[in-house]
Amino acid sequence: MLLVEAWQFILAHPGRFAVALTTHVALSAAALGLAVAMAVPVGVLLANRRRAMLLAITAANVGRTLPSLAVLALVMPLLGTGFVPALFALTLLALPPILINTCTALRQVDADLVDAARGMGMTRAQVMRQVELPVAIPVIFAGIRTASVQVVSGAVLAAYIGGGGLGDFITAGIAMMALPQLLVGAIPATLLALGADRLFGWLQRMLTPVGMRVR
Amino acid sequence: MIEIRGLVKQFPGAAHPAVDHLTLAVPEGSVCVLIGPSGCGKTTTMRMINRLVEPDAGSISVGGRNVMDVDPVGLRRSIGYVIQQVGLFPHWTIADNIATVPKLLGWDEGRIATRVDELLELVGLAPATFHSRFPRELSGGQKQRVGVARALAADPPVMLMDEPFGALDPISRARLQDEFLRILRGLRKTIVFVTHDIDEALKLGDRIAILRDGALVQYDTPEDILARPADAFVESFVGSDRALKRLGLIVAEVSLETAGAAAPSLSIPAQATLRDALARMLEGGVDSLAVTGANGAMLGILTMSGIRRHARAVTPDSSQ
Repeated sequence: MLLVEAWQFILAHPGRFAVALTTHVALSAAALGLAVAMAVPVGVLLANRRRAMLLAITAANVGRTLPSLAVLALVMPLLGTGFVPALFALTLLALPPILINTCTALRQVDADLVDAARGMGMTRAQVMRQVELPVAIPVIFAGIRTASVQVVSGAVLAAYIGGGGLGDFITAGIAMMALPQLLVGAIPATLLALGADRLFGWLQRMLTPVGMRVR
Repeated sequence: MIEIRGLVKQFPGAAHPAVDHLTLAVPEGSVCVLIGPSGCGKTTTMRMINRLVEPDAGSISVGGRNVMDVDPVGLRRSIGYVIQQVGLFPHWTIADNIATVPKLLGWDEGRIATRVDELLELVGLAPATFHSRFPRELSGGQKQRVGVARALAADPPVMLMDEPFGALDPISRARLQDEFLRILRGLRKTIVFVTHDIDEALKLGDRIAILRDGALVQYDTPEDILARPADAFVESFVGSDRALKRLGLIVAEVSLETAGAAAPSLSIPAQATLRDALARMLEGGVDSLAVTGANGAMLGILTMSGIRRHARAVTPDSSQ
């Protein structure tokens, strides 16, 4: 019954729904992309600096304990409302898992591989590009996968600071005590999060070098 | 070929230097085995040759060039490197692994492909079968064969080998040592080989450098180390079965006597060692063996007293 009403709501407001959905996806994708572009290079730079890496992992773990809502609340006084502040907050949310996994993945690369690579005359950059990164890719992608689910579900909260997305229906639904409208936001958002998890799980398997895949 | 002079390495925080004024020369085309108890500095010494560890004092020259004057990356590409855990890249095929240094040196594809197949043949792995496999599909012995092939890829004049057979079971180890000897005889490489296994050192080394606390205790041929250990440390290190070990270095051929009236019932190939011959005599309860050549023809006989003469030559009393 509720689902039918929710479906009727979508049919009645196709334009609003489409905009909310695309905003939600765009916001999530942009945040995830920015986080990857920042966290992976930082992890690589820290790979040979043990103490700095531990510091970064600790900082990221602290960042991870901040509730998403708190991050949004902190951003608002600084950046105001709208798409950009929401993007900023979601990027912050996505950084810790990616940074932690990149650091851990690179630290766990077998020391013998690096020794053999250096001993045969690879430069530091070649060791990183040809050996350490490819071997670390599966674990790095596991971090991106975790971040993707957090970002897609966290994007619902963007509505609180005027970032748009499916969260608009949820906040409106709560405000008006309209359960069907709330579901119009909640169900697609959940499906998107599950879809992101599947997509990155698949990418993780595809990008794992053939010789290292579990059969 | 390799000259080490007054080499010193002190790691930060360590009470004693890892390598302490070590001087050593390895002639071209020979195998120098560095051996000693854990922490004697053998691996550190080896790693200073290709500058994976930088010395604090002293000098190392390879082929007449001081390694400190050479770019370390280029230096390492010109020196073969094999380690105990092999360190094959799991995400690359066997062919790609072997091609590592040629690719770094920018060889063209055709030359690399030819070289990879040639090396797979050399280390006894059928190219058609192994070319496209991945490291995790190989046994420990096969991995180390690939490790040796990879180090030989760009035909470096010098090879550094850090306990390459240390992680293998005794049977694979013995087989790989034999093949390694066979391969080496054809290639005339200058090799620095680190091990803690004295039998391996006696079997593979042209010269053995025994190290303790970072210093050289004795540097001699296997025969001389067994015949004239420099001190009590070396003597205990080579073990109480020195006479047997010495026999293990001598092939049956060298002790031939002409056959008498009756040919011995048991035989042994000419390339077997006197140690093997002795074992065969004890097993068979005989005092003489027929020594046979490659075609199975008898070359002569080997007697117990012949073996005894060789064994006695190494006891400390008679060597003075």
